[in-house]
Amino acid sequence: MKEFRYIHGVSSLCLDQSLCIGCKMCSRVCPQAVFSHQGGKAAIQDHDGCMECGACGVNCPVGAVSVNPGVG
Amino acid sequence: MVATSRSVYDWAGAAAARLGLNRDSYLVAPGLYAIGAPDRAAPVLVTANYKLSFDTLRFALPGLNVWLLVLDTCGINVWCAAGKGTFGTEELVHRVKASGLEKLVDHRRLVVPQLGATGVSAHQVKKQSGFSVQYGPIRASDISTWLDNGAREFEGMRDVTFTLKERSELIPVEFHLVLKSMWWLFPLLFLLSGIGPDLAFTSRLMSRGVWMVSALLIGIGSGLILVPLLLPWLPGRSFALKGAIAGLLSGLLLLFWAETGLNLLESGALLALVVVMSSYLGMNFTGSTPYTSPSGVEWEMRRAIPVQFCLSIGALLIWVGAPLVLS
Ligand code: SF4
Ligand code: SF4
Repeated sequence: MKEFRYIHGVSSLCLDQSLCIGCKMCSRVCPQAVFSHQGGKAAIQDHDGCMECGACGVNCPVGAVSVNPGVG
Repeated sequence: MVATSRSVYDWAGAAAARLGLNRDSYLVAPGLYAIGAPDRAAPVLVTANYKLSFDTLRFALPGLNVWLLVLDTCGINVWCAAGKGTFGTEELVHRVKASGLEKLVDHRRLVVPQLGATGVSAHQVKKQSGFSVQYGPIRASDISTWLDNGAREFEGMRDVTFTLKERSELIPVEFHLVLKSMWWLFPLLFLLSGIGPDLAFTSRLMSRGVWMVSALLIGIGSGLILVPLLLPWLPGRSFALKGAIAGLLSGLLLLFWAETGLNLLESGALLALVVVMSSYLGMNFTGSTPYTSPSGVEWEMRRAIPVQFCLSIGALLIWVGAPLVLS
């Protein structure tokens, strides 16, 4: 969410671009517009916007995204 | 058949459910419902068996013919149930099978609210039930337009909002919960304010006790009302800080505006209590926003709670000790 920003640099969101097949599912489920897509791959464009809801993680068909709040 | 216009009873029910009264009577039986006269090509919308979710959805669909697949989430809304996993892949697959949906429609598509995506794994549902999941708009009011446009996305549909109206709607619920868990602070701190070196217990209650209760009320009001309303304008990213600042402002306002007759020590203690209260309740509000991450909440709690704790113990000691020391 652009008008509200929360604590900087703490989200556990991780993306492994080498696994990504560019299906854009992560963007479709993300309520915070965290991802962008270039050249057939997803990229994290707003890491601090992530609220760790986990939707991208469970919906990425190839397991390229992970979200583990409470770990690390 | 399910009615798609809102009656007075629905509004009253919505208000009661929001206030947390009578939760059990706001369950909807899970299963498949027909809205209007859906045919074999009609879309299938999935929702939770929380009456407010169910109602919001059915009233947003006037004139549409759709199937409504209600999952058993124990009466909890889609967003919270998805986080807990009750609105999830397993329950969805189970409901699809149990309702015999595949015999009623020719297509193999389910429309799941986007906020349910936290619990639902689209590719798993497809694998286990044969139905593919389409994530629909966040707001029920966008569904008609979305369906009319052939389920194509439009600008802003996927972004959650947190408007002044949405923030203020949370206030009554928060108030209810906080008063339920903190009411004992009022009699306790009121009576503590009466302690002193002599027998003027009642006269201290009437002065110090009354100001203590006012400070509590102002601290609670500041954390529960000012923080949500002024959220975008309060400085800082952490809610504990936002709450502390709101508390500082309203506490100072109380001390300057009211002729408290308190000395400097007592005023300082009271101000600290308002700040702590507001900061704590402000931090509590992270649980109700649609943008705070668990890691962030943990980050600020680890830092703020020790400070809040020490400050409140210190302030209470000073408050109770002041009449003894200064007499
Ligand atoms: S959902 Fe996974 S595979 Fe698809 S674009 Fe996002 S990261 Fe890539
Ligand atoms: S965890 Fe949620 S908010 Fe964070 S990137 Fe994934 S979908 Fe977006």
